[in-house]
Amino acid sequence: MSDAQTINRQPRAANWASDAARRRVRRRYAADRRLQAYGIIAIALAVGLLGILVTSLVSTGFPAFVQTKVDLAIYVDPSKVDPKDPANGNFRALVREALAPFVPEGATDKQKIDVTKILTSDAPYIVRDYVVDHPDTVGKTVTLPIAVSDPYDQLQKGVIPKEVDALSWSQVRYFERLQTRGVVAEEGGRTSLKLEVYVDPARIAAGPPPSGDFAAVARDSLQAYLPDVHDTALFAMLADDAPDALANRVAEDPSLIGKTAQVIFPVAKPFAQLANGESPKVLNPRFTSTQIEAFDTMVAKGVVHMPFNWELFFNADSRFPERAGLAGAVTGSFYALLVCFLLSFPIGIAAAIYLEEFAPKNRLTDLIEVNINNLAAVPSVVFGLLGLAVFLGYFGLPRSAPLVGGMVLSLMTLPTIIIATRAALKAVPPSIREAALGIGASKHQVILHHVLPLAMPGILTGTIIGMAQALGETAPLLLIGMNAFIPSVESMGILEPATSLPTQIYSWADSPERGFVSRTSAAILVLLGFLVVMNIVAITLRQMFERKW
Amino acid sequence: MVERDDVMEANVARPIIRVQAPAAAQLSEEVLPSHELKMTARDVNLWYGEKQALFDVSLDIFDSSVTALIGPSGCGKSTFLRCLDRMNDVIEGVRMTGDITLDGENIYAPQVDPVQLRARVGMVFQKPNPFPKSIFENVAYGPRIHGLARSKADLEEIVVKSLTRAGLFEEVKDRLQESGTGLSGGQQQRLCIARAISVNPEVLLMDEPCSALDPIATARIETLMDELRKSLCIVIVTHSMQQAARVSQRTAFFHLGKLVEVGDTTKMFTNPTDVRTQDYVTGRFG
Amino acid sequence: MIGYVLLGLIALSALSYVLGRRRAIAAVQGREPELHSRPTYHGAFVAAWVGIPSILLVLVWLVFQGTVIDTLLLWSLPPGTTDGLDEGQVDLLLSEIRSVAAGNVFGEPSLVVQAAAERYQAWQTIARYAMVATAFSVALLGLLFASRRINPQFRARHGAERILTGLMIACSLIAILTTLGIVLSLLFEALRFFDRVSPLEFFFGLNWEPQIPIREGQVTGGGSFGAIPVFAGTLLISLIAMLVAIPIGLFAAIYLTEYAHAKVRATIKPVLELLAGIPTVVYGFFAVLTVAPALREFGETIGVPIAPNSALAAGAVMGVMIIPFISSLSDDAIAAVPRAMRDGSYAMGATRGETITKVLLPAALPGIMGGILLAVSRAIGETMIVVMAAGIIASLTANPLEPVTTVTVQIVTLLIGDVEFDNPKTLAAFALGLVLFVVTLALNVLALHIVRKYREQYE
Repeated sequence: MSDAQTINRQPRAANWASDAARRRVRRRYAADRRLQAYGIIAIALAVGLLGILVTSLVSTGFPAFVQTKVDLAIYVDPSKVDPKDPANGNFRALVREALAPFVPEGATDKQKIDVTKILTSDAPYIVRDYVVDHPDTVGKTVTLPIAVSDPYDQLQKGVIPKEVDALSWSQVRYFERLQTRGVVAEEGGRTSLKLEVYVDPARIAAGPPPSGDFAAVARDSLQAYLPDVHDTALFAMLADDAPDALANRVAEDPSLIGKTAQVIFPVAKPFAQLANGESPKVLNPRFTSTQIEAFDTMVAKGVVHMPFNWELFFNADSRFPERAGLAGAVTGSFYALLVCFLLSFPIGIAAAIYLEEFAPKNRLTDLIEVNINNLAAVPSVVFGLLGLAVFLGYFGLPRSAPLVGGMVLSLMTLPTIIIATRAALKAVPPSIREAALGIGASKHQVILHHVLPLAMPGILTGTIIGMAQALGETAPLLLIGMNAFIPSVESMGILEPATSLPTQIYSWADSPERGFVSRTSAAILVLLGFLVVMNIVAITLRQMFERKW
Repeated sequence: MVERDDVMEANVARPIIRVQAPAAAQLSEEVLPSHELKMTARDVNLWYGEKQALFDVSLDIFDSSVTALIGPSGCGKSTFLRCLDRMNDVIEGVRMTGDITLDGENIYAPQVDPVQLRARVGMVFQKPNPFPKSIFENVAYGPRIHGLARSKADLEEIVVKSLTRAGLFEEVKDRLQESGTGLSGGQQQRLCIARAISVNPEVLLMDEPCSALDPIATARIETLMDELRKSLCIVIVTHSMQQAARVSQRTAFFHLGKLVEVGDTTKMFTNPTDVRTQDYVTGRFG
Repeated sequence: MIGYVLLGLIALSALSYVLGRRRAIAAVQGREPELHSRPTYHGAFVAAWVGIPSILLVLVWLVFQGTVIDTLLLWSLPPGTTDGLDEGQVDLLLSEIRSVAAGNVFGEPSLVVQAAAERYQAWQTIARYAMVATAFSVALLGLLFASRRINPQFRARHGAERILTGLMIACSLIAILTTLGIVLSLLFEALRFFDRVSPLEFFFGLNWEPQIPIREGQVTGGGSFGAIPVFAGTLLISLIAMLVAIPIGLFAAIYLTEYAHAKVRATIKPVLELLAGIPTVVYGFFAVLTVAPALREFGETIGVPIAPNSALAAGAVMGVMIIPFISSLSDDAIAAVPRAMRDGSYAMGATRGETITKVLLPAALPGIMGGILLAVSRAIGETMIVVMAAGIIASLTANPLEPVTTVTVQIVTLLIGDVEFDNPKTLAAFALGLVLFVVTLALNVLALHIVRKYREQYE
């Protein structure tokens, strides 16, 4: 008792009002706010990154939903297209003639061919397909909207410029360095370089007229001013007539040979513009001036327009971005998902019912449970290896076929469906089972007639979510070759080679043409659209049938 | 139903308690009326969202004594207890009106910091809730966060002192580094009390501290409370009227969110004014 | 063709359902209550006996027909034709025969091949008709057997239910079969790989150049299948991903569980989960389209060259993908800490921050660790992001600004295009796959174990 009392006689709590205590509390609250700030920053980062992802996809993908086309009036010349056998006509010539009104006067044959390259390379086939479908047009003039080739599509959409900088960044730097050294000057109305030149007798003969490699000497003397630069782009600075300046100088004064003299070299036009404060431009190397002239004529005549790109949805793949569409990919994905659904839905439900309602608690069922949980976490590429080794290698099923794709996807979807189904079955209250058992139903009857229908919304929700995951899977499909090049939807079937939306995205992302960047984003938007729709259906389903027991 | 079970349990346990516990009622006679006012509550109303849980509760709490809050389940006594150290602040959707003071200062005033307040008003919960840390760390937690120890030795001293005050030191002195969750229920609860008093609070709130414990452990805690009240003010919520009678000097009876009656424990249990109090303490409802 | 056979069998099965039902009703002259089981069950019993064995037969037949015909074809070739040919060349010969049989003739096939192609075609036809005949006979036998058992006392319901249970058990065994299939196929092909390349070489070699054609005899000595750089690259990218995902995910989870209002939480949580629903091929394109160029540009402005397919770009984007895993698993773990712990801490006068860092996080640590392990396994197994955004050349470097390659990238690049199961290049992919499978499986088992232990602690 006395011990306790001594202990109890301790001073009252610390002085909470003291400055030290206040400072301490301030510090503690600051730490608290810091933690909160970290949380907000983390969320802002995550949400911001999602925002950047969506924005960059939308902004790059959006232009692909329209396509630049030219309304081309084509005279279907009976001398080139036999009305009895329209498929074998000379449609290339028809297109070339239809383009004639836009070709600048006096164009060479090569330039005329260049002009046809404004249109997609598929243009003759588009015309052919139309004429084959409408044989009565032979001898008449038809106006067809024809997609332009990728560079012109990008030009019209403002993705790539008509003109690009004539000088590289490093060329500008070299010129600026020469300017600061006072080498650049205006001479005789031209921007020039005043360079010290050693007129090497070994390289230049006095003549008259003087001879030798004046250009090389000019280059070397320029190089001497920028010894650290090892870049042939430097020599673009000298105008074409720069060597003549040296030659003239030597001709005027042959005594210079063997001496060092100051020579004034005119600079090339872009550098002269640079010296005048302009930014020199040249035509984008992807275009020729004839093409641009012809294209400008088309625009001026109002035949160029940019309608909604239905081909993106109704065409299959193509080597030319302006003609490539998603129909093949969507069909392939549909077939694969169909197979996946037909396999995984019944099998998943049956397995879940057995495990949840019938399975005795023993080693085997434990093993099954462990397996299901682990399968859900196996990397998707491993399922691809399984499909490759077993379905293709061992069973000899056809490569690239949606059947195999669907089978692999169904193995991946099964755990999702089984887990969702079991959760849905568990949520059905025992009172329902007891009521049904009470009126003499067998266990199978209870489950099939009462429990399963009540669990169905939950099962369907889980299945749709599983299907949405399957729709986005790429790696296993790549391994079983479901990234075939499918230029036509007609040939597609469950056992024929196919592609799918995600693998199509992968293939397009790998393509070098500028137009495919935009198409890839557009394809991703389409894929995300499908996923959003599926998830909305799943959520609606869940909410519609949500039951409070 | 629940109340009756408690009563029955307490009845069964009584012989043991008589042997071990000091005669609480007598003790309370000795110390009672001389103490100064520690906390007051005036017209406290409280809502959980739309539902009102407290109606105009006004109560005085005196220093160096035990005040028991009794009443049937859901009567608001625990809610009221949590108002005394602003523990309701951490629950979303709680709204409160009225004033509660500690040493004359309104604890709901904007300049009052709930974090400091809770160092001055400690709390022990129904279910022992030691942190999943060592016994030492459990007790050191409060001094550490409030910066009460200047050195390691200081901290050790506080921990030993608090454990001793809580009557637990002798039992755990060899295993201070073992997990606090490995103790028995009664030891865990005394650990929680040691944790609560480690920061030298002026008031200790106990929310049914013995309801999860067996009678022997209960008796030890009750003895401890009687020791502790010499240096601090204790408010206890209890289901057991026997416990209220044993440990408290003043008792407040809550019913349906209202404070029905408050007074000296002896008077409340022998001669209550309100008929509802009478019915409750005699076991007619609850 | 096969589709029609299956449809035919299903139709026959449906027909037998009707038959069985009729027969049962007829057996009691329409007085249904006298039947032990309802007529429906008699119908179902008969239908099951007709449909299941015959469809199974067709499936098994299809699986083995190709192998059997190939074997027969090889036997039937004139003696000596396949002498000195290795496995791949035999496969080539077989596929030539097949394509000639299908009518795709390139050049002048040899007489042997032409004859074999004709045999092949003939056998295919025979096999097809034999299959149809056998399948339908089995179906009819089933019909005969089952319908003869129909009588008023026959417990058709028990029979039908037993069959149903059997089917359900078969379905649940698919999970085991899948795992078995994965393990066996990976193991089998990997062992074939280790026949050609020593495991020592594979696991400890520092040089990975699988694309170089490997001639006989150079395989083991060539030193081009040392997977260490591949493993190191995988670890580097996963590490970067975790460095991005762990802080963001963890702090987001802390904020959402402890600080955010219910409304904020209800909006932000699904938004974060959106990140998990985006297909990885989209992330891969995002890395190539936006992140890598942005990093490159940033590197240029500060004068540090960053490769376009740097480990940093791929890892960072993978980290973004993993954020929701970490955040939702940490969220669960923190939320699972009992309310009493929070109360205890607040009652001691702790601020929210102190409660989180000193009580909740230590208490939730096992759960969070489990979540992180799951996320690591995810990162190691992630394929499309790295296939699109990381390098293909295996270089042993710890510099995140340089390109590295990963196990999954190598698997995909080795297997895209022509696959030949006797080439170490193809088999190497399976050896890598085996390593990947074992590592991710171990991580998952460990993580689930930790998480389960942790849950038990508070239950």
